[in-house]
Amino acid sequence: MSKSDKTRSPSELGFSGWGVFALSLIFSIPLLAVVFHLFLPSTGQWEHLSTTVLPNYIFNSLYLMVSVGIGALVLGTLSAWLVVMYRFPGASFFSWALILPLAIPAYVMAYATTDFLQFSGPLQSFIRDVFDLSPREWRLPNIRSLGGVAIVFSLVLYPYVYLIARAAFLKQSTGIIEAARTLGCGGRRLFLRVAVPAARPALVAGVALVLMETLADFGAVSFFGVPTFTTGIYRAWFSFGDKVAAAQLATMLLGFVVLLLAMERISRGKSSYENKSTRQDSGEKITLTGLKAWGASLFCAVPLGFGFLLPVIVLISMALRVDAGFSISRYFDLIINTVTLGGITALLAAFLGLMVVFAIRMHPLHKPLAIAGRMSGLGYAIPGSIIAVGVLIPFAWFDNQLDGFFRSTFGISTGLVLTGSIVALVFAYLVRFLSVSMQTIEAGFAQVNPSLDSAARSLGASKNRLLKDVHFPLLKVSLLTAFLMVFVDVMKELPATLIMRPFNFDTLAVVAHNFASDERLAEAAVPALTIVVVGMLPVLLLSRMIVGSAKIKKA
Amino acid sequence: MFFGKLLSASLAIVMALQVSAVVAQDEAQVVNLYTSRHYQTDEALYSNFTELTGITVNRIEAGGDALIERIKNEGINSPADIYMSVDAGTMWRAQQAGFLAPSSSEILESRIPQNLRHPDGNWYGFSTRARLIIYNKELINPEDITSYEDLANPKWHGLICIRSSSNMYNLSLLASLIEHHGAAEAEAWAKGVVHHFARDPQGGDTDQIRAVASGECGLAVANSYYYARLMRSNMDGDKAVVAATGIIFPNQDGRGTHVNISGAGIVNSAPHPENAMKFLEYLASDSAQKYFAEGNNEYPVVEGLLENEALLEMGEFNMDTVNVSVFGRNQAEAQRVFDRAGWK
Repeated sequence: MSKSDKTRSPSELGFSGWGVFALSLIFSIPLLAVVFHLFLPSTGQWEHLSTTVLPNYIFNSLYLMVSVGIGALVLGTLSAWLVVMYRFPGASFFSWALILPLAIPAYVMAYATTDFLQFSGPLQSFIRDVFDLSPREWRLPNIRSLGGVAIVFSLVLYPYVYLIARAAFLKQSTGIIEAARTLGCGGRRLFLRVAVPAARPALVAGVALVLMETLADFGAVSFFGVPTFTTGIYRAWFSFGDKVAAAQLATMLLGFVVLLLAMERISRGKSSYENKSTRQDSGEKITLTGLKAWGASLFCAVPLGFGFLLPVIVLISMALRVDAGFSISRYFDLIINTVTLGGITALLAAFLGLMVVFAIRMHPLHKPLAIAGRMSGLGYAIPGSIIAVGVLIPFAWFDNQLDGFFRSTFGISTGLVLTGSIVALVFAYLVRFLSVSMQTIEAGFAQVNPSLDSAARSLGASKNRLLKDVHFPLLKVSLLTAFLMVFVDVMKELPATLIMRPFNFDTLAVVAHNFASDERLAEAAVPALTIVVVGMLPVLLLSRMIVGSAKIKKA
Repeated sequence: MFFGKLLSASLAIVMALQVSAVVAQDEAQVVNLYTSRHYQTDEALYSNFTELTGITVNRIEAGGDALIERIKNEGINSPADIYMSVDAGTMWRAQQAGFLAPSSSEILESRIPQNLRHPDGNWYGFSTRARLIIYNKELINPEDITSYEDLANPKWHGLICIRSSSNMYNLSLLASLIEHHGAAEAEAWAKGVVHHFARDPQGGDTDQIRAVASGECGLAVANSYYYARLMRSNMDGDKAVVAATGIIFPNQDGRGTHVNISGAGIVNSAPHPENAMKFLEYLASDSAQKYFAEGNNEYPVVEGLLENEALLEMGEFNMDTVNVSVFGRNQAEAQRVFDRAGWK
């Protein structure tokens, strides 16, 4: 933070600042609508839940947070470090391929792994046949268990960490790394003592996304039969018909996430992480040889193999087992719907994320702005169906007020203008996924030296020019990453899509879900594979752009 | 700025989609369905209605409780004509939410058995699914088990597979047991069954059937249409599963086998109430009833229409005639009993 920023008083928000402030508030409404349920009376399922199932659910959620957090952190950070710093067999291939598991929804991974690995599945049946074992004397550890879920989540979620970490390592100034090397600090120590601490905001952002996604998931854990805190939320709603208790539980979940994020902020203290150097290249890569080289390849191959190749192969074999009735015109519509929603949302999310983070950076002392901004990025921690209801409440209210006004004033009915439209659906996605883009962009901003801001401003550049000509070029990689992640997240999104969508509007995820919830997994494999293929396209495109922009800087 | 242009372009697309959606809504001959049925075979059910009446069927498919929230929030302006779900419990909650209108129709009242509809015509059941006991032919003698109550028999220790307690069909089964025996006895039963689990509840009904076939468990509880679907499958794996297993219609000597419904009712703010009634009467017609059986292996509620080979082969049975709204009324209690019994 530069001094000129600190002396600026909170009142000087300016027009664009107020705009962002208002926008953040609007995006916080669904969240507030959920939190508001704290003040409503519930039918009292609380005591029952907390004395019976809730302790176990909380334990499971904590277990998953710790194990998936560590799993995704290790896989994502180490693989990012390897591909950025070293040359080894397949390094340039891995640098983009490691993102691919992002295209596989956790629930699809759940279908594939359970179908393949369960007791009555092909693998165990095959082993029993070959060794002539009786069903009751031998079995593999059950995939439908806490450990199984932890492994599956780590494998599909590590790309969040990988993407943000790679962007951070690419931008880490050659300065510190070369200085560290000159001081004889190399390899593991360089990674642990210099690179990782310097990339802390980025790694935290990645892990925060992983944890929020883990906590909010219902599709995969329910398929695995592993109840978590979110199971408790849905139990309160669907089994007890107590939506208020469900919203209250969701608020608790939200409070927990806020606490966690706040604790991380406090422990980070006043250390700064920005890039003091203006050089942006990552220096010369070191060529690994022999065992080390193959070790690096193997380390990158494991998450790619188990997180992407294996599930894709299982899905393909499932799809081939049935006559799935693949119709090109139907799938064309599905793909168009899915890509339209993903593209629009991702674009808006990247844009809004940039605006909000930029405004917070420009007004570091303006507490309400910071709070509103951060609140609008918390929707990711709340299960999709709950946030959808949170969106439904204000939208339907607005539509009905508007209709009432037109009826009484002009005698005509406007009906529901926004509810049940694409607008409401995109809004719901933004509430959910703004966090993804904000975290990514913020991690990128954290590495931009604020003295650049001061220099630009003192040379008379307006805020707009600062954003456009200084920040935007520096943040290109982060913005592309944000776009990509939101796009893929929207493609995979299910609960909000189901509730909010217009008439006769299906997406790939909806169709996959319909088959899966009807226990037609083999048929679900076709739309699931289509999600993966369509999701791969932006992954490939954008990773080329990211690699490309890194190369241009070097030249 | 590059971003600004993209942004305005995407906003324009959103608005265009919006306008086209509104224009499409103006057509009069439509019926709007909010349904938790999501079977691909239903396409034929709906297109047949359109052919017969010229009325287009618009659908929003989502979970039963989520749709209840949507209709409640949309209020008097909701475009929903019909609320449709696949569970009597959710139908009951929709009724509790107060948006289902009472209706009367001679066709519906004469064709649908009394226990499968609301007394004031707020909703009607159009198809049923029976909760069966599936057994492994090598491990179990089917004569030893004739009722749901028998599942708690210590004889079956370590042999029972069943899905999780939050599944609506398990909830409705236990809700019916609570109705017949009271909560205390139902809880003792649930504890007994939990004690005899072969494994923690996991997977869907088909997974339970496969687990029985593979010998991982000896007995399972599953819905009839999953078993019928396996019987009609032409895949070798499915045929082997059917060959290794048998079915029992429980409680044939007493109150009958537990059935749940797929039901529908007219929303009281329905913009097209006549079309909605036409649709409901269509669902009770011979042709629609046959679609339920042929397409999704459900039992028609109208007697004498069953032509589905697999269902016919499974045999006739007597169903429990308790009014299905009981499943809704007892559902929260059922979940509490399950939770106390440690049924995950």
